[in-house]
Amino acid sequence: MAQHKINYTQDGGLPVALTSIDKIANWGRSNSLWALTYGLACCGIEMMASGASRYDFDRFGTIFRASPRQADVMIVAGTLTKKHAEFIKRLYDQMTEPRWVISMGSCANTGGMFNTYATVQGADRIIPVDLYLPGCAPRPETLQYGVMLLQKKIRANKAGNAQKAKRLM
Amino acid sequence: MRAYKPKGNVQAKPYYTDRYWQAPQVAKFDVESDEVFAADLAAIKAKFEVSDAFIQVEQMTVWINPSDIYGVLELMKDELEYTQLSEMSAIDFLEQRDEFEIFYQMLSMNKRKRIRIKFSIKNGQAVDSVSNLFRCADWSEREMFDMFGIEANGHPFMKRILMPYDWQGYPLLKTYPLEGDEFAAWYEVDKIYGKEARDVIGPEIRDTARIDRYDSERFARLGHEVPFGMDPDKEENKDKAQSYQEDGGVFLIKKLDKESSVVIDDPQR
Repeated sequence: MAQHKINYTQDGGLPVALTSIDKIANWGRSNSLWALTYGLACCGIEMMASGASRYDFDRFGTIFRASPRQADVMIVAGTLTKKHAEFIKRLYDQMTEPRWVISMGSCANTGGMFNTYATVQGADRIIPVDLYLPGCAPRPETLQYGVMLLQKKIRANKAGNAQKAKRLM
Repeated sequence: MRAYKPKGNVQAKPYYTDRYWQAPQVAKFDVESDEVFAADLAAIKAKFEVSDAFIQVEQMTVWINPSDIYGVLELMKDELEYTQLSEMSAIDFLEQRDEFEIFYQMLSMNKRKRIRIKFSIKNGQAVDSVSNLFRCADWSEREMFDMFGIEANGHPFMKRILMPYDWQGYPLLKTYPLEGDEFAAWYEVDKIYGKEARDVIGPEIRDTARIDRYDSERFARLGHEVPFGMDPDKEENKDKAQSYQEDGGVFLIKKLDKESSVVIDDPQR
């Protein structure tokens, strides 16, 4: 027999919380944003710093995964070259919906300083992007703030409505 | 009619166009001024034809015939103790002389000397591969093929190394624009979505000074996110700046209280 006693009348009622489907679904989605480890260049170092102990992404429920099949958000951290463009599309297609994309840093936003033949001039030419982070490279605080904004964007969704699939075309 | 501009070298920019100005030349010295180089050159001359040889910046440059390159490097590696091929590549002189200059930078650790072997080839001509002698030439010759389109005969895997296999054009040629030709501009769109997607996705924005007048509305200020189109500076909108959490907070997550939060000023904390 359990020795402890549960006082159902304490704190004003049963251990039950009432909420709406929207809130519980969005709460689950927004607070366990598993990110794809996708460091392409020097922004990847800042992304690693965000995940390491000093900035500690885990406390937001953001855990880096090495497989797109387990990831919810793709953080495009770095220069996207034209040779690599087909692979970012393939990885994005392998992510399960709902899925989000954060474009981190100048290179992923617009091509940045690489105004050359070999660089994709913005990741949004290949995949739809939800959030653009400025900076070269953005500091970990910027990335954390961006993830918070993405969480806020997710919480504004209506769970009842099936999410409109994001397509570039 | 529009004035004709020569398109041989589209990257050339006339930074300085004084008609009497002459480009500075690095001083050339006679090979006989260095005993080691003189002995090396004599050994090469005994077996191969040398069209020119001189010393520049304490390094000897030897001009040879294109067909002799494997033999010369073999001789230098086996007998003259030049055991390292530091680098090799090509230089585009198509506009000036209608030829490529190929150079092989050799290093002898025993003699503490460097020799540069050079020859020139016409456009479309191939060179002999030296990847049997020096393994490092394997990738260098692939890079030369990738960037200039110069093939190496006898190479085990003559394919592009930096650019994708289906790339068209040779980026290090002087006639290749830095921002890419039309193939490069549409490469990723054509490959992933097909040519019919060009109209949907649109051309690349290459103007680095481009300003979109809507950007100030589309992008929120950090810490002052307001709904689309609202000016956060106006007095009546002051309290409408949103924090990253909803007013009621989120289930199980404590809401950030700005008054009780601490700003850490010391970066060395």
